[in-house]
Amino acid sequence: MPDARGQIRRLPGLRLWLSGGWLLLLVLAAIFAPMISPHDPLEQDLFAARLPPFWEQGADPAYLLGTDSLGRDLLSRMLYGARLALTVALVAGTLTCLVGATLGLIAGYYRGWADLVISRLVDIWMAFPPVLFAILLIAVLGTGLTSIIIAIVVIDWTRFSRVVRAEAMSQGAMDYVASAQVAGRSRLGIALAEILPNVLPTIVALLTLEMGIAVIVEAILSFVNLSISTDQPTWGGMIAEGRTSIYQAWWVLVFPLFALFLTVLSFSQLGEGLKDYFDPVLR
Amino acid sequence: MNAAVSDQIYKVQDLRVSFPDLSKKPLFGAAPRTQVLKGLTFDVAKGDVLGIVGGSGSGKSTLGRAMIRLLDPDSGSIRFEETEIAHLREDDLRPLRKHFQMIFQDPMSSLNPRRQVGGIIAGPLRLQGFDNIKVRVGEALEMVGLPKSFETRYPHELSGGQRQRVGIARAIALKPDFILADEIVSGLDVSSQAQVLNLLEQLVRELGLTLAFVSHDLSVIRRLCSRILVLHHGEIVENAATAELFDNPQAAYTRTLLDAIPLPDPDQVWA
Ligand SMILES: Nc1ncnc2c1ncn2[C@@H]1O[C@H](COP(=O)(O)OP(=O)(O)O)[C@@H](O)[C@H]1O
Ligand SMILES: [Mg+2]
Repeated sequence: MPDARGQIRRLPGLRLWLSGGWLLLLVLAAIFAPMISPHDPLEQDLFAARLPPFWEQGADPAYLLGTDSLGRDLLSRMLYGARLALTVALVAGTLTCLVGATLGLIAGYYRGWADLVISRLVDIWMAFPPVLFAILLIAVLGTGLTSIIIAIVVIDWTRFSRVVRAEAMSQGAMDYVASAQVAGRSRLGIALAEILPNVLPTIVALLTLEMGIAVIVEAILSFVNLSISTDQPTWGGMIAEGRTSIYQAWWVLVFPLFALFLTVLSFSQLGEGLKDYFDPVLR
Repeated sequence: MNAAVSDQIYKVQDLRVSFPDLSKKPLFGAAPRTQVLKGLTFDVAKGDVLGIVGGSGSGKSTLGRAMIRLLDPDSGSIRFEETEIAHLREDDLRPLRKHFQMIFQDPMSSLNPRRQVGGIIAGPLRLQGFDNIKVRVGEALEMVGLPKSFETRYPHELSGGQRQRVGIARAIALKPDFILADEIVSGLDVSSQAQVLNLLEQLVRELGLTLAFVSHDLSVIRRLCSRILVLHHGEIVENAATAELFDNPQAAYTRTLLDAIPLPDPDQVWA
């Protein structure tokens, strides 16, 4: 009997390719920044200050994307900035995901007092405005990469735990969970082998979204000068500097802003794309 | 009754189950509990196909789930073979679980959507420490009339009737002594219903299954079951052999159920 149902597979969509492509480019740029950067990102050359990008009049081909008001090469600074942005995205995103998803799974599947405690904690957390919370935390922890990552995890774990808790609750009510119990699977076994795989697409979508958010948070903190020490190039720091010279040299602001925008968009689109792609259930 | 004690697979005595009624929960403190099973006493003999009927909300599913200890009874006794299981902890139940299995009402939600059919059937076998798992999975699929190629299918790639066959295969693969089938055809279209019922009838005959078949449909029960338990508001109003119950119903509630069977003859078959 011919039956094509077994053959249905989704093609990875265009957005998966575009967003994945940009992020891959970024990863390569971050890894090879020392090799491919045409200049030292910190090297100042006041005689070459505010050079425009290559297609404008008065550009210097040695500075493809132009220079800032201190004569530092914009392209090199952006490549090095990608390193920090990606480090924060990957490390902070993953840690936030681990903490939040674990607590959400416990609350949603085990219920009882664990759920009570975790849900109250989430309620209290939600009452803090996140940006103020972040600035407060950095003020306490001091600036630096580790502080930023800790701040992001501490602030944003609730984003995962709320969604994962709800999803784990609805999955926990399914008969396949009762069926696993009838088969003799332990509580922990059910949580890890039955529920988690069904919540995973949601977690992956949230994880990539969180990576985008981590990039934004790092940029915001750099913008208000609370991130890494000022001599290390960051996209947020470049945006802050570019803002002061927007009328004389728009490119100092626009290029890092554009990179930031594309990266955040790519992360969220990658998540959506992956969720569709890895879901064998065509709901 | 001429059945000796050892012929009973289940002996249930004064079984009581209640649920917290969250709609009446006070702001502080525990919610009051509503009694759902109000002291049930009955036996299931080996080889019996026990029909459990009753209106919606009469406690049929609750009774079934208490019998296979998917929920904890408040009080009473459930003897399965020689073991008292009513108040066993989950850890102590686990090694016993291969002896009593369940087929679920909704075949979509009872199959993990991320597992292939082969894995769904193999899972319980593996957990209960069986050997020759591949062979047993193949046998189980064959017994429910599904081709071996279905092992690599996902549940959403199957029809409702095929999914329910997978649910049946998962239960019988363990060669259990008792199977609970809770409204297993009510989610299916009419032709799949007939096929699944035929299959179940055939398995009962060939494997000598002891089965509890929960349904609100007396005409289905009549065809399949040797004894019938009629539940009404969490109490047993009648417990009789099938022919006896249809010929000479004792309880008024049973008579209303019988009157609700659509005429003509429910056993009538299309030529
Ligand atoms: N988990 C539960 N929590 C609270 N009430 C429940 C729960 N399960 C069943 N009930 C209640 O118990 C009664 C019997 O339910 P059930 O055994 O599912 O009936 P049936 O299967 O005969 O339709 C119903 O009134 C139902 O609302
Ligand atoms: Mg029911």
